Amino acid sequence: MVEKRKLICISCPVGCELTVTIDEDKIIEVEDNACKLGLDYAEQEIFDPRRMVASTVKVKNGYHPLVPVYTEHPIPKPMIKDILVEIRKVEIEAPVKTNQVVLENVLDTGVNIIASRDLPKA
Amino acid sequence: MSLKNTYDVVIIGSGPGGLAAAVEAKKEGAQDVLVIERDAELGGILLQCIHNGFGLEIFKEDLPGPSYAQRYIDESLTLGVETLLDTIVLEVTPGRKIFASSKQHGFVEIDARAIVLAMGCRERTRAMIQIPGMRPAGVYTAGTAQRFVNIEGYMPGKKYVILGSGDIGLIMARRLTFEGAKVERVLEILPYLSGLTRNYVQCLQDFDIPLMFEHTVKFIHGKDRVEAVEIAAVDKNWKFIPGTEEVIPCDTLLLSVGLIPENELSRQAGVELDPITGGPFVDESRQTNVPGIFAAGNVVHVYDLADWVTMAGYEAGKGAAKYAMALRASETAHIPIIAGKNVHHVVPQSINVRSLEEEEIELQLRVLKPIEDRTYVEVHDGENQIARRLMRYVRPGEMNTITLKPSHFADVEKASSITVDVYPR
Amino acid sequence: MQEKYDFIVIGGGVVGCIIARTLSRFEGSVLLIDKEADLCMGTTAANTAIVHAGYDPLPNTLKARMNVKGNAMWDQLAGELDFAFERRGDFVVAVGEDELPALDVLMVQAKKNGVPGCLLLSGPEVRRREKNITPETSGALWASTGGICDPFAVTVAAAENAVMNGAVVKLNTEFKDFIMDGDRIIGIKTNKGDFLSRWVINSAGLFSDFVMHQAGVRPEFKIKPRKGEYFVFDRADVQIDNVLFPVPSDKGKGILVTTTVHGNTILGPNAEIIDDKENTSTTTSGMDEIWDGAQKLIPSLSKKHVIATFAGLRPMGNAPCKTPGVNYNADYIIEIPEEVRGFVNLGGIESPGLASSPAIAQEVVDLLIDAGEELKVKKDWDPIRPSRPRFREMSQKDRKLLVDMDPRYGRIICRCEDVTEGEIIAEIHAPVPATTYDAIKRRTWLGTGRCQGGFDTPRVVEILARELGVSPLEITKLGEGSEFLFRPTKNVEG
Repeated sequence: MVEKRKLICISCPVGCELTVTIDEDKIIEVEDNACKLGLDYAEQEIFDPRRMVASTVKVKNGYHPLVPVYTEHPIPKPMIKDILVEIRKVEIEAPVKTNQVVLENVLDTGVNIIASRDLPKA
Repeated sequence: MSLKNTYDVVIIGSGPGGLAAAVEAKKEGAQDVLVIERDAELGGILLQCIHNGFGLEIFKEDLPGPSYAQRYIDESLTLGVETLLDTIVLEVTPGRKIFASSKQHGFVEIDARAIVLAMGCRERTRAMIQIPGMRPAGVYTAGTAQRFVNIEGYMPGKKYVILGSGDIGLIMARRLTFEGAKVERVLEILPYLSGLTRNYVQCLQDFDIPLMFEHTVKFIHGKDRVEAVEIAAVDKNWKFIPGTEEVIPCDTLLLSVGLIPENELSRQAGVELDPITGGPFVDESRQTNVPGIFAAGNVVHVYDLADWVTMAGYEAGKGAAKYAMALRASETAHIPIIAGKNVHHVVPQSINVRSLEEEEIELQLRVLKPIEDRTYVEVHDGENQIARRLMRYVRPGEMNTITLKPSHFADVEKASSITVDVYPR
Repeated sequence: MQEKYDFIVIGGGVVGCIIARTLSRFEGSVLLIDKEADLCMGTTAANTAIVHAGYDPLPNTLKARMNVKGNAMWDQLAGELDFAFERRGDFVVAVGEDELPALDVLMVQAKKNGVPGCLLLSGPEVRRREKNITPETSGALWASTGGICDPFAVTVAAAENAVMNGAVVKLNTEFKDFIMDGDRIIGIKTNKGDFLSRWVINSAGLFSDFVMHQAGVRPEFKIKPRKGEYFVFDRADVQIDNVLFPVPSDKGKGILVTTTVHGNTILGPNAEIIDDKENTSTTTSGMDEIWDGAQKLIPSLSKKHVIATFAGLRPMGNAPCKTPGVNYNADYIIEIPEEVRGFVNLGGIESPGLASSPAIAQEVVDLLIDAGEELKVKKDWDPIRPSRPRFREMSQKDRKLLVDMDPRYGRIICRCEDVTEGEIIAEIHAPVPATTYDAIKRRTWLGTGRCQGGFDTPRVVEILARELGVSPLEITKLGEGSEFLFRPTKNVEG
């Protein structure tokens, strides 16, 4: 089954609006891309869209009640909601160090959630 | 840490601009570098920008704001940058005196050989765009809401409408959604996006949050707390189009309607502001019209990426350090000439050792008491004689002189001070 | 055991608080109640802050008499209570030759009202004194006794002085009805319980009609709220030196451009009669109207420099003037009614209410004495309210001394207006405590500057929560129902 989808490419600030023709699991055509980056973006975004997710986790006895965290690598877009639920369950103890692993291999994605900054004790 | 009276470079603000300036000033060779930050921690606005997108240019990495800040915080502390936290600068004078105040350090007065202004921006407020309605709780600028959500750890409301498609508004739309809130609508008065396309895709499109161009808020309903906003479409002249009104029930209105460079201190210091940018006029080394006062970052004009702010900070830090070091050199270049035994006064009272050339320097003096006999007038450095002259007499009514010749200069340069004594042979 | 007071004052605006303070001078217990979370949240909250000279009210009205008498009392009041007050003088500016006769009319009226120190100025003289005035100005009436003040400061200071002298102030306490014994009022019912009294004084402003009707007094009296909108300008960009009125019309004093004791310029108000006594919204049409009006006097104003907008309601009454021969139907009511005992009734105290307030308080005292009250001065009555430090008004040298003495004054919370943590804490623990953000804003001037609270709000919420010993989720902007925060970030339901 052939379908057409519109995407905004975000590889560079231009933001070309691509029209992608897809047949089942293959890209037939990409229109309106100004460069090759658009082709790579379309491929990734259609079949395996990924995002970096940043949020915060609760900290016990820390200088602040929350410490910012993020996914070390982009994770599959459909899993964002469930990953956020997992992040919400976490509570760690201060002090926290930058890049400290706060949640390992979240939901079996192979990606760790790490701390964005140092956070000393209260 | 005990505060010094004078610093080579004082940097006001520890966001990306200020931290970069601090690091570069140290690397350029400035000895005493101080950062004054009004928040309790270094990092400025980066601390609440917990999303990725920082460092793509400088580090070739995709970092969240706090991580980006942490790199510079670590480096500045390693380099020996001093800091005053939870401290607000009250006044900067054109003579580069700084008055600041904090709970821990009390009321502080510091002299700076060079200053880098890195105070960033404030947000445009509801009053500045005159949105009608009462003044209920629940109207926030996006940055203030961001602070509550990410740092204080509280959600300001449940159901949100965001006015403005600038980056802060888009980022907050996603952030609030991540924490279980409902963002009903994002409105933009212009016919195009104010922020980065990347943010439109990843903050609004990803979460099906509707964006309406050429729309704005007509009225805020609610007396104690926001109850709804009435929105409407506008024409090219920003006049409301009748019949397009819609009331959206909500309890929070976030405003992302522009940033304004924060230049109150700059004005006080006599820094000339460009009416178009709202920030100081600066040259390529980021120096303002006031010698020794530099400016970098959002305080100069609004940037889109923190990486570019860092680059500007480097320039300002370098320029400030160079200025400060030149000033320091000229300060220690003057050695005092002291009126010694039986001398009332000597003029000149100091010599600038950096400008000693081939010309003689005549010292003029008056003696205290007359000596009606052969008398020496001697110049020495405390240990060794530099020059001496024999007079037949000396009287207070007659001025005496002694000349320092180029042959003496080698000794003069080495001295920390020189003294003129008058005594009988 | 029910609480019993000699005097209960209903309404904590400037009039009610000065009455309470005046009564606290005498033996006898005083209770002041207000339905809001703080004092001066009604008409006193939003006006031009002008202590009028008194040329404007119709001669021989109670308004005129109270205005002129009250105006003269402000120097002593400001000295005793320590609040910002300056006699700048009022200008009524004529634009074009056609408006000059109106100034003569005002001069005659000023003389009739007994207003001292009025002068007619020529166009060039007006331009000399106010460099931004319209070049079309043909002259002005200058009333030298006109003043500007901080209406919040005088209200809070009066209430504090009353408390210092033994009065009780209860906020969040709303009058519901009277407790009668035959034709005598012996107490009031409120949402916080009943209080017994010998005298109740109605100082309820916008709701003064409701209060008097509960006693069966003047059923024909009706308060119509008159809404006025205002703009506030950045003092760094707009410097107007004076208080500038246009020539008055039948709509009232007109749209002013005036300086304030804080150095900001404000413009407004318009006059829109509405129904809802709680509606203080700014509107597009209202803001357009005041902008146009102000342009008449100061054409160089730019909207770029507006930092705040607000609106307030004036309680316009319909009481006829009691002086025979004077045809005026919105005069003040200041009386002890015949039909009910134990009641001092005030009604319709709109402009010049601020200027009149000390005279109104004295009038209340005179009425009580006439009614047989023996008001004995307390031996230890202290009229002086001790001043509290205002960091923003201090020199760098004095600031250093203050911070050395108490480091909490070293932590600046409001960057735009230089308001410190020490001052905020002092207001939270003041004799009439400030427990909401707006209360602290009114008293310290925090949050009124360029960033309109953008920087200080999270810090003020934290300080209030800490000092009051409650969660930040309970901190409100203006009282219950206006909480700033909803839930902790991580507590997501469902």
